[in-house]
Amino acid sequence: MAAPTKTEEHGAAHGDAGGANHPPSTTGLSNEKVAMWAFLGSECLLFGALISVYLLYKGQDPEGAITPHDVYDIPFTSVSTFVLLMSSLTMVLALAAIQRGEHRRCRVWLLTTAALGATFVGGQAYEFTVFIQEGVTLSSSLFGSSFYALTGFHGVHVTLGVLMLLSLYSLSMKGKLPKERAESVELVGLYWHFVDIVWIVLFTLVYLIK
Amino acid sequence: MTTVDHKKIGIMYSVTAFIFFIIGGVEALMLRVQLGTPDSTFLSAEAYNQIFTMHGTTMIFLVVMPLSAGLANYLLPLMVGARDVAFPRLNAFGFWVFLAGGLFMYSSFFLGGAPNGGWFGYAPLSRLTPGHNMDYWVFGLQILGIASLTGAINLIVTVINLRAPGMTLFRMPIFVWMSLVAQFLLLFALPVITVALFLLMFDRQFGANFFNAQAGADPLLWQHLFWLFGHPEVYILILPAMGVVSEILPVFSRKPLFGYQVMVISGIAIGFIGWGVWAHHMFATGIGPVATSAFSASTMFIAVPTGVKIFNWLSTMWKGKIRATSPMLFAVGFVTMFTIGGLSGVTHAIVPHDTQQTDTYYIVAHFHYVLFGGSIFGLFGGIYYWWPKFTGKLLSETLGKWQFWLMLAGFNLTFGPFHILGLQGMPRRVYTYPDGMGWNFWNMAATVGSFMIALAVLVFMVNVWKARKSPLVPEDPWDSRTLEWSIPSPPPEYNFAKIPVVTARDDWWHQKYEEDENGRAVRRKEMAPDVVALLGRRSSAVAVADGPPPPGGEGAGDEATTGTGSGEGDDTGDHTGDHTGDHTEHIHMPSPSYWPLVSSLGLPVLSYGLIYQYLPVSVLGGLWILGSLYAWALEPSTAPEEPEPELSSSTELAPVSQGTD
Repeated sequence: MAAPTKTEEHGAAHGDAGGANHPPSTTGLSNEKVAMWAFLGSECLLFGALISVYLLYKGQDPEGAITPHDVYDIPFTSVSTFVLLMSSLTMVLALAAIQRGEHRRCRVWLLTTAALGATFVGGQAYEFTVFIQEGVTLSSSLFGSSFYALTGFHGVHVTLGVLMLLSLYSLSMKGKLPKERAESVELVGLYWHFVDIVWIVLFTLVYLIK
Repeated sequence: MTTVDHKKIGIMYSVTAFIFFIIGGVEALMLRVQLGTPDSTFLSAEAYNQIFTMHGTTMIFLVVMPLSAGLANYLLPLMVGARDVAFPRLNAFGFWVFLAGGLFMYSSFFLGGAPNGGWFGYAPLSRLTPGHNMDYWVFGLQILGIASLTGAINLIVTVINLRAPGMTLFRMPIFVWMSLVAQFLLLFALPVITVALFLLMFDRQFGANFFNAQAGADPLLWQHLFWLFGHPEVYILILPAMGVVSEILPVFSRKPLFGYQVMVISGIAIGFIGWGVWAHHMFATGIGPVATSAFSASTMFIAVPTGVKIFNWLSTMWKGKIRATSPMLFAVGFVTMFTIGGLSGVTHAIVPHDTQQTDTYYIVAHFHYVLFGGSIFGLFGGIYYWWPKFTGKLLSETLGKWQFWLMLAGFNLTFGPFHILGLQGMPRRVYTYPDGMGWNFWNMAATVGSFMIALAVLVFMVNVWKARKSPLVPEDPWDSRTLEWSIPSPPPEYNFAKIPVVTARDDWWHQKYEEDENGRAVRRKEMAPDVVALLGRRSSAVAVADGPPPPGGEGAGDEATTGTGSGEGDDTGDHTGDHTGDHTEHIHMPSPSYWPLVSSLGLPVLSYGLIYQYLPVSVLGGLWILGSLYAWALEPSTAPEEPEPELSSSTELAPVSQGTD
């Protein structure tokens, strides 16, 4: 089954027929995939709690305080949202490439995804800087605290995702990411899509709804 | 230090938890000495605050949870017929993080004072307490949360994915079920307290406003977040003990568990309803009549599945041939004490009653009856029951019974009077009380009782000490029902020489027994050859079977392969000759690793840096964690993985050939 490619030497060392790295599991899914789903389930509650806090404190600031809509730059954030959503597309393309055994193309898409993610984080950093200059800080008001906590947590998640993507890229460069281990890309993809979906919710709740 | 064997890790969890149990117990004794007499000056108010905070935190996060985790770690793979947990190195990581978190929190005693805001850390109070005391609590719990989260994911995947052929969900032992529900609760409850702790950390370290009432913050936010975690946590603590008891009662009543499916479903129901009752901790906070009514109703509702369980336990014993062994005594003790605790719990669901009794010793009585009379009794029962599986030796029945009766008497003498004191209005969390309140007698009684409990724990330690020299017993000394008793004690590193095929619930029992025409269980005359071999074999073989597999990558692989190749047929893995087994099943156990230990140490470093706001140390801790996770992920014995800890340990169970093929 394992079609020989130039990154095959590692796969061959591990190569049982079919390239599955797992004993047959009860569910037919790999342990890693079940673990990733469990982890993402846990993450839902993490963001759920943060979103609840944000919504609880939305509009609770005393008179005269800076409101969220004084500081948001919706067009700017819309662009970075678009960038992040596009990265989900490139993530899918990276997975499709490695599943076909096209390692060079996979690397290109991995790097593109990481770059789009980094762009998003960069945009967020810029946005935070602007907001802080306008007087919204972690300690300035309830809005400040809950806004930075919520979007900051998401930003950290994106950053971790970028690190994972870069790790995959470097593994692939070293020839340690054979077609048989396409699931590694799939798992990072699951995480990446989750982070994207969370951002859709956050963007809607935090920026768009008045 | 480098082991990744789930059984060793399970033992390490349990031993560490027991040491913390002693520490938490000593703290409890100090509290009781202080409160034994009015106007006592044994402890200062500040010392009392620190000790009662650490007593609660220790008993919940460092004793009951890890003790349950230890049992689950040891037993779950055995009970579902798996070679190991899904992520062995992640498992080791979880243990080391737990230990690091515990030591980190206790280091506060030497670094300026222990946490002093109660185990519930109510903000805004905990936001404002000066000093670093509460910082240790915040960061310590975060670290422990990471340990629990990795453990939960690992055990969930193990149970979901690594069951032996034929081990359907409704054939799983009930302990597996209850642990699974508890792990799911952990999985979903931990992020909530993680958020709460992060917010508190932002407030304390960076001046955020989440709990800052002056900025308009909601003073109840902490309580909502905390109890949305804290109430499921109650079931995280009790469900594994319920599972233990549900294993013990059938074995020593010589009857199958009554209403197995109802037991499973009620366990799941408790898991779900446990989420809908958090605000019953907040009846006295003015959350309004609608909320109190709703939560009062949901709280009474959760008593239904709990009551179902109690009646099922009783029905299991009904007309059974009861053997009053130590595990059985503890299990029965669990049922009775937990029932008392449950009943006082129902009284708390009644809002007018609760508003009277909350923050008095009545509530202290309630949760000690469920947590001590429940969890601790159940877990002690489990320790007595599975001790021969862990060590190949039995604990002394005489000493076990002494421990049980002393503990039962001491427990009731300690916490029974708390009901009365509570009804008399003695508030909790006060470090002393004046003479003439009418509280003196029962406080003294409780203090005497607490020392009886301490004596009972001493008896247990003597028992363990003496059991070192007792003779080996057969692998199935209780004539039990579940799979873990079908293999030698203590089990070899690879657990099952041949993965069992399960055909029924209580499969091991059915291999030994069949029903005669009157429906009575009789020994099977025609048992499968391997069962005969096992039943006839004494544990002298255990030492041999346990010997071979040394920890070490290639070595372990070679040994295990030879073991299966030659000995699979007779299921012992140590004989030669008999080539009846097929040769497809190669056992490759994961190799030991330093990285789980190394990476876990980065967390306290990071936390110290953040507490003292000393950036270089935080950065060092962060890089330490990242670097060691990368080293871990790229460790040569396994295939490379992602840096994310949840992913980074690959299935080392893979039946892939590593040079021996």
